[in-house]
Amino acid sequence: MSTITLTDLTKHYDSIAAVDGIDLDVLDEEFLVVVGPSGCGKSTTLRLIAGLEDATAGTIRIGGTDVTDSPPEDRDIAMVFQNYALYPHMTAAENMTFGMQSVTDYSSAEIEDRVADAAATLGITELLDRTPDALSGGERQRVAIGRALVREPSVFLLDEPLSNLDAKLRVHMRAELSKLHRELDTTTVYVTHDQTEAMTLGDRVAVLNDGTVQQVAPPQQLYDFPANQFVAGFIGEPAMNLVPVRVRDRPRGLVADHEGFAHPLPDGGSNSALVDRRLTFGVRPEDVLLAGRSATGHEESFEARVTVREPLGEQLLLHCTIGDDELQVKVQPRRDVSTGDTIRLCFDQQRLHLFDPETGDAIYHAASEDQPAKPTPSQ
Amino acid sequence: MGRDTMATDTAQSSTRTTHRDILPENALMHLGLFGAIALMAAPLVLAVLMSTQTTAEVYQPTTIGPGSNALQNYQAALTTYNFGTYLLNSLVMSIAVVIGKVTLSLLAALALVYYELPYERAIFMFVLLTLLLPVPVRIVPLFQLMADLGWTNTLLAITGPYIASATAVFLFRQHFRSIPDSLVETAHVDGVGPFRFLVSVLIPMSRSMIAGVCVITFIYSWNQFLWPLIAVTDKPSQVAQVGIRYIQGAAQAGLTQWGVIMAAAVLALLPPLAVLLVFHRSLRETIAIQQS
Repeated sequence: MSTITLTDLTKHYDSIAAVDGIDLDVLDEEFLVVVGPSGCGKSTTLRLIAGLEDATAGTIRIGGTDVTDSPPEDRDIAMVFQNYALYPHMTAAENMTFGMQSVTDYSSAEIEDRVADAAATLGITELLDRTPDALSGGERQRVAIGRALVREPSVFLLDEPLSNLDAKLRVHMRAELSKLHRELDTTTVYVTHDQTEAMTLGDRVAVLNDGTVQQVAPPQQLYDFPANQFVAGFIGEPAMNLVPVRVRDRPRGLVADHEGFAHPLPDGGSNSALVDRRLTFGVRPEDVLLAGRSATGHEESFEARVTVREPLGEQLLLHCTIGDDELQVKVQPRRDVSTGDTIRLCFDQQRLHLFDPETGDAIYHAASEDQPAKPTPSQ
Repeated sequence: MGRDTMATDTAQSSTRTTHRDILPENALMHLGLFGAIALMAAPLVLAVLMSTQTTAEVYQPTTIGPGSNALQNYQAALTTYNFGTYLLNSLVMSIAVVIGKVTLSLLAALALVYYELPYERAIFMFVLLTLLLPVPVRIVPLFQLMADLGWTNTLLAITGPYIASATAVFLFRQHFRSIPDSLVETAHVDGVGPFRFLVSVLIPMSRSMIAGVCVITFIYSWNQFLWPLIAVTDKPSQVAQVGIRYIQGAAQAGLTQWGVIMAAAVLALLPPLAVLLVFHRSLRETIAIQQS
C-alpha cells in the first residue's frame, strides 16, 4: 500500500507562500498528474513529497507513515528530474546502480539482475556502457527512469520529465510512460505544465494555481466539468470562451442573455438562484457550431463576424466577434468561411457552463456529471 | 574534391596573411607584443645566463653571453651550499601543503554545497574575510603560537599555517555550485552519503579544477620565503627560497657569488616549471571558470 496523503501542506519562502495549504490524496497504484502554470507550486509540492524541501506546515504521509520530517532516503521514493540528473562521468549502468549501492546491501548479483530487468523494460540494454554525453535526450531520459526503476520504490516522483525532449519524442515517451505504469502499477506523482501530458497520462489530474488545489478529477471530468473558471481556462486548447452574460427568466426557462445572443440554459429552470445574476458564460471552441442551412435543432442561432481565420489542418479556428466580446470557434477544416464574413453560430446545448465572476466557481453545467443530460450544482 | 577545397583555402589564407603582415599597424602591434614578451622574459634569461658565469664575469657588464663556469656554479650550489637538501625540504613542504589544503578545502566546499546550512552565505563570507589577513600580517602571533606548541623548526610549522585556504574553498565552492542541484538532490533521494558523493561524484567531476588548484597551491607554497625564514632557524630544515638567501650571505672576498645564487635560483625554478608543464591545461580551465 503506497498511498500519499498531503494534509494542509504549506511551504513559505520568506513571506511568499509557494504551496498554500494543499490537501491531496494519491491512491495506491494511481498515476496522478499535477498540472498548473509556472509558479503555481507544483514542483514545490513534489519536492516536499520527496523531502527535498522542508514543509512550513502540514503533514505528508506515504503508505500511512508520517514522513513530514524524514530525510529523502527514508521515504522509499525515486525521483526523475527534468534535466535527468545523470552523473556525467558514469556509464548508464553505473548511474543506475550508484544509488542502489548506497542505501541497502543488495548483493551484486541482485543489482545486476535488476539493472538487466530495467534495461530490458526500457529497451536500453545496448546503451548501458555509454556515458550520458554519448546518449540522446530520449535515451538519457530512459536511463534516468531506469535509475528510478531499479530501486523498486513504493512511489515514483517525476518532475517535468519530458519537457527537455523535442515534440515528437515527447509524444513517444508519453506513451511509453503510460505503458510502463500499467506494467509496474507503482504509485506515481507526475508534475507537468503541459495539459496534454496531464490529460493523456493521468488516472486523475490535480490542477494547481497560486499554491492551492483547484480541482482533482479524472481527465475527462476535468474537461467536461471544470470546478472553476481557472480550470476551465487552463485545460483545453484553445481555452474555453468566457463571456459575461445576465441570466434572465423567460417563459421557456432560464436564458443566458448577451448583447450578441440569448441562449436557453437547459434544465436551468430548477435553479432560480441564478435569475438576474451577472455571470460568466463558458463554452469551449468546439462546442460552438456553425448554424448552417442544415443545422436543425439549433434554432437559437446568432450572428457573429469572423475577424481572424486560422487553419490548423485538422480543424479551422475562427476568431469571431459578438458584441464587444470575442468567441473562438473550431469548425470543419474545409468550410468556406473567410475573414470579414458574417456567420451564424449556435451552442451545443449540453456543453454550457456558468461561473461566478467574483469567486470564479462554477455554478452551472448544462450536462450532469453522472448522467450527461441533467444539470447539477457544481461540486 | 575535399583536397582541392582545402588547397584553395590554404592559398587564400596565406595571401591574406601576407597582405596583413605588410600593414604598418600590424607590424607595430607585433613589435609591441615582442617588446612585452622580451621585457617579461628578461629576468629569467639573465638569471640563466648569469648562472653560467663566474663572479668576475657577472660584474663585467660587457659579458652578456653564456659564461664559462656553469658546471662549477651548479655543483657549488648543490654541494657546498647544500641546496639539494633545501630543494627536498621545499618539495616535502609544498606537497604536504597541497594535500592538506586541497583535502580541507574540498571538505569545506562539500559542507557548503551538500548541506543546507543556515546562514550558509554568512559562513562563506566569513571564510572569504580571512583573505584579508595574509600570513605576513599574522606573523608575530603565529610565531608565538608555533613556539608555544613547540612546532618551530618542524614540518608542521611551515605547513600548518597554510592548510586553511579561503581561496581554495572559494574556487571549489564556485565550481561545485556550477554542478546542477538535481545531481545533489538525486544523491539525497538515493541516500548517497556526503563522503561517497564527494569521492564518487564531486571529485571525478572536478578533476581539472582540483588539478588547477593543486598547481596554484604548489607554486604558492614553493615560493614562500618570509614565514619559513622566521619559523625555521635550523639550517638543514630550511626551504629553497631561504636557501638562496643563505648563499647570498656567504660572500667570498667581499663579492656576492651571483653565479651560484642564480644557479640555485634556476634549480629552484625547475620543480614549479615541471608542475606547470604537466598541468597547464587544467590550470587554464581553472582560470577560465573564474572568468565566466
